[in-house]
Order: sequence, then C-alpha cells, then structure tokens
Amino acid sequence: MTTAGGVQYSKISEIKGPLVVVDGVDNAAFDELVEIETNEGERRLGKVLEVGNGKAIVQVFEGTTGLSISGTNAKFVGKVMEMPVSKEVLGRVFDGLGRPKDGLPDPIADKFIDINGEPMNPEQREYPKDFIQTGVSVIDGLITLVRGQKLPIFSGSGMSHNLLAAQIARQATVVGTNDEFAVVFAAIGVQYSEAEYFRRSLEESGALKRSVLFLNTADDPAIERIITPRVALTVAEYLAFELGMHVLVILTDMTNYAEALREISAAREEVPGRKGYPGYLYTDLSTLYERAGKLNGRNGSVTQVPILSMPSDDITHPIPDLTGYITEGQIVVGRDLFRQGVYPPINILMSLSRLMKDGIGKGSTREDHAEIANQVYDAYSRSQEVRALAGIVGKAGLTDIDLKYMDVGDVFEKEFLTQATDENRTIEETLNILWKIVSKLPKNELTKIKDKYVEQYYQGK
Amino acid sequence: MTAQGRIVWVSGPAVRADGMSDAKMYETVTVGNSKLVGEVIRLTGDVAFIQVYESTSGLKPGEPVIGTGNPLSVVLGPGIIGQLYDGIQRPLKELSKASGSFIGRGITTTPVDMIKKYHFIPTAKNGDEVLPGNVIGTVQETDLIEHSIMVPPNHPGGKISNLVSEGDYNLETELATVQKDGQNVPLKMYHKWPVRKPRPYLKRYDATVPLLTGQRVIDTFFPIAKGGTGSIPGAFGTGKTVTLHQIAKWADSQVVVYIGCGERGNEMTEVLVEFPHLKDPRSGKPLMDRTVLVANTSNMPVAAREASIYTGVTIAEYYRDMGKDVVLVADSTSRWAEALREMSGRLEEMPAEEGYPSYLASRLAEFYERAGRVRAAGSPDRDGSVTLIGAVSPSGGDFTEPVTTHTMRFIKTFWALDAKLAYSRHYPSINWMNSYSGYLGDIAKWWSENISPEWFTIRNEAYGILQREDTLKEIVKLLGPDALPDEEKLILEIARMVKIGLLQQNSFDDVDTYCSPEKQFKLLKLIVDFYKLGQQSLKEGTSLSSIRQLPVVTLLLKARMDIKDNEMPKLDKLENDMKEQFKNISGVKVTN
Repeated sequence: MTTAGGVQYSKISEIKGPLVVVDGVDNAAFDELVEIETNEGERRLGKVLEVGNGKAIVQVFEGTTGLSISGTNAKFVGKVMEMPVSKEVLGRVFDGLGRPKDGLPDPIADKFIDINGEPMNPEQREYPKDFIQTGVSVIDGLITLVRGQKLPIFSGSGMSHNLLAAQIARQATVVGTNDEFAVVFAAIGVQYSEAEYFRRSLEESGALKRSVLFLNTADDPAIERIITPRVALTVAEYLAFELGMHVLVILTDMTNYAEALREISAAREEVPGRKGYPGYLYTDLSTLYERAGKLNGRNGSVTQVPILSMPSDDITHPIPDLTGYITEGQIVVGRDLFRQGVYPPINILMSLSRLMKDGIGKGSTREDHAEIANQVYDAYSRSQEVRALAGIVGKAGLTDIDLKYMDVGDVFEKEFLTQATDENRTIEETLNILWKIVSKLPKNELTKIKDKYVEQYYQGK
Repeated sequence: MTAQGRIVWVSGPAVRADGMSDAKMYETVTVGNSKLVGEVIRLTGDVAFIQVYESTSGLKPGEPVIGTGNPLSVVLGPGIIGQLYDGIQRPLKELSKASGSFIGRGITTTPVDMIKKYHFIPTAKNGDEVLPGNVIGTVQETDLIEHSIMVPPNHPGGKISNLVSEGDYNLETELATVQKDGQNVPLKMYHKWPVRKPRPYLKRYDATVPLLTGQRVIDTFFPIAKGGTGSIPGAFGTGKTVTLHQIAKWADSQVVVYIGCGERGNEMTEVLVEFPHLKDPRSGKPLMDRTVLVANTSNMPVAAREASIYTGVTIAEYYRDMGKDVVLVADSTSRWAEALREMSGRLEEMPAEEGYPSYLASRLAEFYERAGRVRAAGSPDRDGSVTLIGAVSPSGGDFTEPVTTHTMRFIKTFWALDAKLAYSRHYPSINWMNSYSGYLGDIAKWWSENISPEWFTIRNEAYGILQREDTLKEIVKLLGPDALPDEEKLILEIARMVKIGLLQQNSFDDVDTYCSPEKQFKLLKLIVDFYKLGQQSLKEGTSLSSIRQLPVVTLLLKARMDIKDNEMPKLDKLENDMKEQFKNISGVKVTN
C-alpha cells in the first residue's frame, strides 16, 4: 500500500471495536483511505465508512488495540485504497493488506488499482464455456468447472477441502491449449499450517513462480480480512484482463471474512439480518464473487474457487446460503464420506455446477457427457434411497432392481469418487468409469440417455 | 424551481443533503461533482435523504446536489425491444462505449436511439379528436413487434393537426400537433412515464386464458393465466433461473421483459448470447426480437436494484397498452426486498421481521397488482395483458421467511421448488404437493375448447395418482415395498411414470425443452390409460412384474424426448402398441 499527501486530524472522539470516530473533519470522502498514527509512531490503515456533519467513522484494518483518544492522529489520504500491480507480483508473498511479506522490496508498480474494483458490465461479459480438466473425476465428470466460473467448496471444519483445492490448483488445465496461467491464493484468517500447506504444494509442483499469495493467518488482525480478498482479486483481474492470463483464485476461508464483516456491522450498531450478519451480506459477498468472469475481446479469465467452512456443517447457515445464491454452483464436502475415509469426499447430490452444460459435450468433452452425468446423478440418488430402505427392511426385503442400485452406489464411491491426491485422470477415463457405473443397471433403466449412446458405450450386453 | 443543495453526509448508497426545501418526494437528483443519479426518498426540513443509483465511493460532504424536477421515469418508444438496460433504463451497451468493460459512473445516455428512423404509418387523420391512449399510427419495431404510437396517458388529448404522412421519421420528429383549449401540444414517437405510477387502462378482465409455457408441470398441473401472477421460490441450486429462462423463452406472449434483479452477471450474458439464436416456436423469428432485459446484477449499486423492478413493469405496461400479451419475469424479488431493507436500515426506520421494513408487504402488493388482462384506454379497442412472475430466494430455503410469506398473499400460482428433487436431478424441481394454481378452474374451459374436453378429468386423475403415491411412499419407507398389495404397487409405478415421463423436463434437450399443449395432453392421457389398463390386467390375474416389463414402458418414459411436437402420429402408434401389449399379457394367469 502506498500513501501520500492528505490532511491530518488529531481529534478522535470515540474508539469502539474496530471503529474510530474522527471529529472536525471537513474534507474527507466516503470510502477514502485513512492512515492512523500513534504517538509512538506506529502506523495503521483504515477506510471511511461514513462521513458527514464534521465526523468521519473510520474502520481500522489492524484493529484498535493500543490506540488512545489523545495519542492518535488520523490522516485522510485523498484517495481510495489502491493496490500497486505489475507482472512482478508473480511469485511474491504479501500480507492481508497487500504489503510484501517475503522480505523482498515492494514490487515496482505498473499501475495502481482501486481494490474495490468496478462491476463488470454484463453486456461486455463473455459467457464462460471452456472446460477445465482438474483431473479429479467427480469434478470433471459431474460438477464440471469452466474458465471464468465461480465454484465454491462448501466444507466443514477438519475435512479435506484444502487437499482438494490444492489438487485443483496443481492439476487444472485446459486440454489442448498453451495459455498462460496463474494462481492467486488468499488465506483469510486460516491457520498458519493451512496457508503453508498451499505454499508448499504450489512450490513442489513448480507453480509458485506463477502464483501470488496473500496471507492473513488466524493470528493476524481480523478486520484486515475485509481487505485480503479484495487485494487478491484486484491482482487477479490485472493479471487476467491486462496481461491476458488465466487466473485461478482460491479464497479460504470465506467464513472468516463474513465474521469480520459482522464484527464491523455490530460495532456500527446496524440492524442485523440473520444470525447477526448484516442485511447487506449478500450484496457484499457478490462484490467479491462477481469479480470472476471473462470479458469480450480480452484473452484472460478469472476463475474463483472460494472455500468456506459451514458452521456445524449447516448448508442453510447465512454464509453458505448467500454464497450459493451468488456462485455458479457449489462443491459440497460430505461428513459421512469423509468419515468413511473417502477422498475426495464430495456429496454429489448436493453439489452442482451451473455452467457445466455449456462446458461439456461434443467438441469439449464428449457428446454423451451430459446424459451419462444425468443418469449417474439419478442412479446414485436412487442408490441412497435404497440404502436407507435396506437399513429398515434389510437386504432381503429389496427387489432385484433395488439390489442393482446398491451396486451402483458402491462402485460409484469406490471406483469413481475415490482417487489419490496426486492422481490426475483424463476426461475419457472419468467418462468410462461413469459408464461402468450405469452398466450395473439393465438398459431399460437408462431413461435419461439416448439409445444411440447406450448402444455405443454400455459396458456389457 | 429545482432544488440545489449540498451533501452533508454519506454512507454507502445513502446520502443526506441540505438546502433541499424545493425537492419533491421521489424526484431524481444529480449527486456530487461526478453527477451521480439519485432519488429523494425522505424529506426532513430542508434535508433530503437520497438513495444513489451509482457507487458513492469518493463522494464528499460539501459537493452539490441538484434536483431535476422530475420523478424517476422511463422513455417509452420504439427501440426498447432487444435492449439490455440497467436498473434505471441506461442501455448497458452505451455504458460500455463510455467506460469499457466495467461500469463507470456519472454517464448519461438516452434509453433509446433518438436518431434511428422508423417507418411510420398513420392511422389517425387530421381533424380527428383524440383521447389519451388513442393510437395515431404504427411503426415496425422488430420483425415481431408492430409498435403502436399512442397519445400518452398524461396527455390532454384534443384535435389532431399537422399529422405527417407515411414515411421514415426519427423519435424526435413531431408527428402531429394536438390542439386543446387553444394550446398546441406536439406528439412524438416516444413519451416519458414515471416508473412508480401504474399506467392507466379502461377496465380489467378475469384471467381465463392460460399462458402456455411449454413446460409440462406448469401448463398441465399448475398453470398460470395471461394477466396472472406467479411466484417461484426455491433455495439455491433448485433451478429457479433455468425455469424462468424457460418461461422467457417459450411463453406464448408477444413481449417478454426479463429483470435480473441482484442476480448473477453471467446469467444475463447467457440470455444475451442465447436468445438471438433461439427461434420463437410460433413465428420462427429470433426470441431477442420480443425480449427486453433489465439487468442490475448483485454487485451493481443496490439502490438501482430497487428501481429495476419498476422500470421493468412500466415497460411491460406500455406494450400491454398496445394490446399485447406481456410476460414479466423478475429474478429475484428477494434481492429487491433486500435493497429495500438496506435503504430502510440507513434511514434508521423501525424494522419489522428479519430487519425488513414494515412496508415490505404493501410494496409487494403494489407490484403484483400491476399484473392483469385489460382493455387499454383509447381507441381502437385493444386487449393486452401483463403476467408477473417473480422468483423468491428464501434464506436457507425456508418458505416461512418474510418475502416468501408476504408474496404468497398476493399471487395466485405458486411453484414451490424443492431442494430434495433438485438433489436427485428431478428438474424442474417443482414440488407437486406444495405447489398450487388458483387459475386451474378458470382456464379449464380453454383446454376443453382447444385441446380436449377430457383435459380437466384426465389432469385430475393424474394428479390424484401423485397424491396417492405421496401417502403410500410413507408406508414403503416404514415397511418396505412388499407391504403393499399389487394395486397400490401399480400406483407407485404409475407415479414414477408421471414423474419421469411427464413432470421431468430436460431444458437442455432440443426436443424436450418445449412441449406443445397437444403433446402434453397426449402424454398425460397415455399414462392415465396405462394405469387403467394396468388395473384391469391386475384384476384379470396378470402379475405386476409383467406389466412393469412391457416394452411400452420405456418408450412412454422416453417419448418426451424421442417424439417431436410435429410427430403426434407416433404417439397414436404408441397408444395402439400399448393396448396390443396389454392384450397379449392379460389372459395369461400367473399365480403368486
């Protein structure tokens, strides 16, 4: 962050939570960047949340611990918060506010960009449809990711979402292209070990020099987390739309972001929406997630894989709920599968990729992809019902066809879902396993697949 | 005298300005040095509370606020169809010319092309006395839309003079002069109308004609009428947007207004990319030739999201006044309600449920009351309709939250989306037990006259099977399927056929995406006939498994995809095959 110029004020009238109220202000703008300086010479950053009638309410990113009413100065910098960007940011590690954390000097800036970004004009968007092969069967086959999509991972505490996200970051590729790619990783209030796991994983795969890391770990200031995804996405947009790279952004953990937002809202005594989260949580989250996409006439793309841990694994909690309304699908990590030791433990019935339909089929994956995926969804869903029934009436009470559906569930979980963290399957391999699953059923059960594909791909007679 | 004041306070989209004693409620104002668009929503002394339709980042106290003297209005004239507007009717294409790929601020544009010429054919004559709403001529707006040029509803009317002859004119041309009480008022191809004020009409009709959407679960089981209201609530991932897109694509209306209100940017892009290539099943012309898009995506300023609903419905009423059937689809009214909530919070109003303002219900009621099938004002006689369909995004998928419960009070068709159905990929995931339609009785006559007199009976028989299944399912869950006698197992089997062969519809399949009313009825009847033949066979001692294994079963289930609308004889053949196959198995006695 760079700051220069500005007007200094020393009259602080109130400090509460992460907020500071500055008095006698006559020339501050809404959203303006503020430098807070203590008598001891410590400098912190903040921004104007509300201004008028001679007062400005300032949110201090590093928190207000240690600030005093008499010993604090506020300087209004005269501009909104900006992130210096250039190609040199690749391979670097920054803190949650975008300041170098790797001991190296500031990268030489090509330009300074407002971290809030501007909304993409929907008329100028290019509809995403390039299939990304992640090498993870369950994603490629059933929850297909495309370039420019925002597809979050809904997980719960302690589950293997980080392994999965790191595997996607290492393996993701668009088959048959040589486009430049980059990974932007933002750690938002996660444990140091999780952030380090990502760094090492990128390093080992040789992707670190194509990556930019923003780290706000659990011991860093909570309010800084409001800024971390914004600086990360600003860099991502620059790499994508100015340098033409295909950028994969991983944001983890969005739950910590939402909690920081709630803290500020509570300090401002706003009327809360559900569970104490502010009524504008949806709009606020959308200003992050909607920064994914592709633009007409430009080469690059921003693909987002945000990770969030659902409190008590509850998908109706406001954070996953509002996220799901904005993102283009969701990958849901299931506790039951995780307990059984399945990796990746994806609950496909609750998962969805909204952009899948346009990224698959003839010319990108295979002509039968949509129909076989539908049939597998249907069959696996039926297998779950049969399992539940078997739990009551016992296997003996099941019909022949029910037993076949039991088989479907087993093959699905053991052969299709399960794979190693370094196993990179091609889309053909993935589709063939899908056919193996449905081939456990007689042909007349395959009501969602056109006959010609059944003739071509059905394994058996 | 327009108001000229200064900003005294800024917080997000809310701004307070003093020196505004001349401002009127709901007047539009320009805010700050960068001339952002705003609207006055409260007046206290000389302080105006303003909601700003653009990002207020960088706005300072002390900057000027200037009134325009006019309420928030839309420009109504040829050139609207095919546009993609933001929430306050700025064409997004024009915005991109000014600010590139991202949306800039303080940009002024005209909603329609004022220079473009249209071929005007007068229908009135010099000397005619005209009233508000009278048609004075027509222009061809798109291949599909003949656009009537009407005397504006707020125009005094009078005697026509200086009417231009047939020819090409642009929107600013004075087409005629109207004299009233010695005053000359010019008439142009366009006029302005305030968005928050419903356009007047002569009288309202009952809604008795179905709006055909080509979606079986809607048309056959939970129909909506032209001029009716409907709501489609559902948790995320249940397919709200896909269902709304399907309605926008295939509904048998002449104009579609699609409002993306606080939703995803890519969804609007999808419509923009897809609609020009899709053909209207009735006229064969591109769907874009009848569609208007209003997009205020989730990350665009929240106040303009509130306005987008009114912008859309006013445009819809304008085309209704020409005698057209218009469908307006709003995705999602919950985001609109959240915009209300956000502004209400900034106004520090006392909140009602879940922080929503106490006037949420009355605003919803006002909106849905703008639907209707009407006789338009003025001559010649024109009947048009506005059908309003709103998505609701209940938090946590909980239908007891305020937006859903209040919406249910003001709509007549309720399509409840069900996460469980969506998880098992039953799409559209409209739950047949929780959904309802208040138009069923009113539109049965249309089906009876146009498709088949048996329609109502057959539809109710099929629905009865689904209801029976719902009860039987509970028994199966507890005791297993063997606990049921064969007659009831047959019901489960038939219900499965109704679900897979009829209720499910693949919107991404070329054939299945649209289903004609004739085909809908025939499919329904085939399944109900199968049930009757099955019952008969069981009585005659045939085993259930031999009924289940009839080759016709799979064909029936796939007929929705395999048999096109124009291949009805194939369905007749299926019927004969079915009867034949039942004949072959009955008489073969099987002992269990």
